[in-house]
Amino acid sequence: MTAKTITEKILSEKSGRDVTAGAYVEAIVDSMVTHDVTGPLAIEVFEDVTDEKSELPTADDIVFTLDHHAPADGVEAANNHNILREFAAEYGTHQYEINDGICHQVMIEEGFVEPGQLVIGADSHSTTYGGLGAFGTGVGSTDLGTTFATGELWFRVPETIRFEVQGDLPDGVYAKDLILKFIGDVGFDGATYKTAEYAGSAIRELPIHQRLVLANMAIEMGGKAGIVEPDERVETFLEDQATLDVSVDPDLASDDDATYEATYTYEGSDLAPQVSKPSNPENAVDVDDVVGTGIDQVFVGTCTNGRYEDIRVVADVLAGEQVAPGTRLIVVPASKSVYEKCLETGVLETLVEAGATFQSAGCGACAGYHQGVLGDDDVCLATANRNFPGREGSMDSQVYLGSPATAGATALYGEITDPRDLETTRYGDHVSADVGVVR
Amino acid sequence: MTVDEPGRAWVFGDDIDTDQITPSRFIVLSDPEELAEHAFNDLRPEFSEKVREGEFVVAGENFGGGSSREHAPLSLLGAGVDGVVAQSFARIFFRNAINLGLPLMICPEAHRIEDGDEITMDLDAGAVRNHETGERYDAEPLPEFLQELVDEGGLKPYTKRKLGTAEQS
Repeated sequence: MTAKTITEKILSEKSGRDVTAGAYVEAIVDSMVTHDVTGPLAIEVFEDVTDEKSELPTADDIVFTLDHHAPADGVEAANNHNILREFAAEYGTHQYEINDGICHQVMIEEGFVEPGQLVIGADSHSTTYGGLGAFGTGVGSTDLGTTFATGELWFRVPETIRFEVQGDLPDGVYAKDLILKFIGDVGFDGATYKTAEYAGSAIRELPIHQRLVLANMAIEMGGKAGIVEPDERVETFLEDQATLDVSVDPDLASDDDATYEATYTYEGSDLAPQVSKPSNPENAVDVDDVVGTGIDQVFVGTCTNGRYEDIRVVADVLAGEQVAPGTRLIVVPASKSVYEKCLETGVLETLVEAGATFQSAGCGACAGYHQGVLGDDDVCLATANRNFPGREGSMDSQVYLGSPATAGATALYGEITDPRDLETTRYGDHVSADVGVVR
Repeated sequence: MTVDEPGRAWVFGDDIDTDQITPSRFIVLSDPEELAEHAFNDLRPEFSEKVREGEFVVAGENFGGGSSREHAPLSLLGAGVDGVVAQSFARIFFRNAINLGLPLMICPEAHRIEDGDEITMDLDAGAVRNHETGERYDAEPLPEFLQELVDEGGLKPYTKRKLGTAEQS
């Protein structure tokens, strides 16, 4: 048997062929997701390729979420929500409601993703599932609508670029900082059509919520997928979060002599918190370079960094303090369950008392639709994944990307602040085991 | 399949993104023929008026970067373009074009083709022929599976056949 990457193994398994990078396959898709923006088009395609109202054998593998414009911010959005609801009621697909959360977080929490699976979504951040050791990738509405009908889709088996981080990460450096660094190093198209595989001792030590960040932003370097080899941490996570009893196949890993297109290696202790300057995620710099930049709005949330642990970091920084005058802090939990955990643990209370605007679960202002879009000349620091011109509102606004710790520190001082400069005691709180930061 | 009738080459440069193929102010349209009226609107305003059925688009590196929307390949199909030859394609354009049944060829020597040359795409042989100069340029043939998809007219007709819902006419 040829030595294979984990990507080649998953696509071989799902296509029933022994394939390596460059091959074209038709592969069986384990689950698929679409949302209130791309869903109506996928339904149109499905209805076009199928005769008339008929059984949908894949219904149990199809998930609909309402997240981009939820609660509906206009009549068109409201109508789109109803299109999905009606289809789900008719065919028995899984329908999640407004405030249930962002598609990718819902898929993970609700147990639709397991290691070794092939999962597609009509959303570019479907790469997120690689944090659990699945092959997740974003597809178009034609792809998704036909896959509703057939349960399979064509793929080109991608080459893999490996990012290896050894050793320990310094305090204040999170997965978000790693991925911004990687994107800065390879460029926004540096992994086009390829899998970004994240490995090394520092990556293995990352808790799952941080591995998801690495996989999520693979698309920001053009990646078709991002993946971390699954291990017992994934088993524990799925048991706790999704009540799934999964045992990871030890062979679900890249072979030692697998072929990589390139390998980038890092020493964990050399890394610093990163910020990507406007208006491309590849503009990553050490936070030192931008410390002191005045910020009008801090946005914490999204499928990248809207999980409980992320919001908790911000709450720990702001506990008993106030958001800086002249700066707005907007927090949008990634799911209802994240929202509830913030409520139960007092994180919500802490943030609201500190002056944050805490909103219902969903995508928030990430794509510039609602819940805090930016005006002309507004400068924002976001825990989001993209900062293209106009992404969060006005073409004349600016967005910096950073970790939740950097966001919290920035909200406190109203200017970009190095989270390593916070008071030791406060900082000590938010790097507790509870938050899952690797020391 | 061989596109064997020679047709005029419309030659473009490198990094032609989807906004240049179909300016984003027209993406509210979804009918291929309506979209075709605006193809290359800003880059070559005469294109949509003068392009004829059976002609070709030729480009340099990274054709079709940018949006994942299907409007760009749709507008070329609507214009009656028989295929696109480029030195390389952006991933999402490549996928969308195949899914919509628009033939593509990756041809490292595409830059040798001059605007207005008469060319053919020989998909089976993996070659582009320039009838103006008599030259033959090697091109990567599409893998058999993708060729089948394109021949059937794209992913929707292909799926219909698989499902047995294709119209029996």
